[in-house]
Amino acid sequence: MKLTLRIWRQHDPDAPGGMAAYDVEGISPDMSFLEMLDTLNERLTVEGQDPVAFDHDCREGICGACSLVINGEAHGPERTTSCQLHMRSFRDGDTIDVEPWRAAAFPVVRDLVVDRGAFDRIIQSGGYVSVPTGAAPEAHATPVPKAAADSAFEHAECIGCGACVAACPNGSAMLFTSAKVNHLGALPQGAPERETRVLDMVAQMDAEGFGGCTLTGECATACPKGIPLTSITAMNREWLRASRKVPRG
Amino acid sequence: MAVSGLVMLLYLVVHMYGNLKIFFGPGTFDGYAHWLRTLGEPFFHYEWALWIIRTGLVAAVVAHGVCAYQLSRRDIRSRPVGYVHRRARSSYATRTMRWGGVILALFIVWHILDLTTGTVQRGFVPGHPYHNVVAAFHDWWNNVIYIAAMLALGLHIRHGFWSAAQTLGAGSATRDRVLKGTANVLALLLTAGFIAVPVGVMTGLVS
Repeated sequence: MKLTLRIWRQHDPDAPGGMAAYDVEGISPDMSFLEMLDTLNERLTVEGQDPVAFDHDCREGICGACSLVINGEAHGPERTTSCQLHMRSFRDGDTIDVEPWRAAAFPVVRDLVVDRGAFDRIIQSGGYVSVPTGAAPEAHATPVPKAAADSAFEHAECIGCGACVAACPNGSAMLFTSAKVNHLGALPQGAPERETRVLDMVAQMDAEGFGGCTLTGECATACPKGIPLTSITAMNREWLRASRKVPRG
Repeated sequence: MAVSGLVMLLYLVVHMYGNLKIFFGPGTFDGYAHWLRTLGEPFFHYEWALWIIRTGLVAAVVAHGVCAYQLSRRDIRSRPVGYVHRRARSSYATRTMRWGGVILALFIVWHILDLTTGTVQRGFVPGHPYHNVVAAFHDWWNNVIYIAAMLALGLHIRHGFWSAAQTLGAGSATRDRVLKGTANVLALLLTAGFIAVPVGVMTGLVS
């Protein structure tokens, strides 16, 4: 396959950026999108040019490192991560636009790499379960109802890639935050911190400068892990419940 | 946004229902308008109930507008650098919430000047709503304004009702179809019910 790529190039956070066009040849339809970028980078390196910087790690769709907006869609046309997107999803001769996640809370570090530290700070504000350390408890000491386990697992699938923020017209992080709130809130181990978790995480989300939710549903459509839009509804319910129970101030 | 929106939606359902009384003739329609002013008597004085409702509505409209403005400001700030490759996102009803809302706000001003105060209407007779409605919809361009606004209203409610349910935490995977269905039925009923009046005047059914 022969493709024309238009890639966002930006040397550092403060430098002005712009789209640069590259022709790539000899692309196999079985290559992943990242392998196609590797091919381009090998050529750029040989030619003495700066390779395109992009985030990647496991390359099997479970780590959430890759973060490319391809033709205006977070992770491209398939419902998966950029690393699991294959070139057979494109046609020979296509022009493909590749951009970084765009959000005030996700500043560009270089080219296609953005700083997703805002997500880490949301997790630090309440996305955990406090347990006494010591010997591992007996596995059946805390019974978990099947429905609760299923719900927790559905939300635990979130890999924190940030596609929801990238896809949202408002740059909102509601789907990410709700996945974490619902994951831990569904389990008995998460119950003691149920109220403070949702209040603190939503407060941190707002403080990071993410946009507000207008329920466009773009996040759930882009999510490679299929976190449902009703996850946001469930978090709204949790937040309203918690704000009645915990005096704020 | 959710609470103020639902307050206005409840009012619109009653408003639409009252409007349809025009098809029962001037006596019924004008009588209904008079009854609205005597509502709650003798506990309330003349028009008190009406002014209480109007005050509540103004509060809801202002709250809705202020929230929308703050939300929009925040959303625009959250993405200072946009995408080069743009594509249409989400449904038409969802995309038009912001400007559709502005159009509806302007329409409300026009509607009050037209049929409540009569400022912009030639031949407005206070206390004779049937006559005023027929006179207002005599101009074709006024029909266009009303029908366009009611289509915008339908789209606004279609996304707005369902969204309000999500904001208040009332939605769930199992309830989603019911909520979407209710939103669509409400949007259709209100749009059709409101448009029926100008169409009735245009076709001569109401004269």
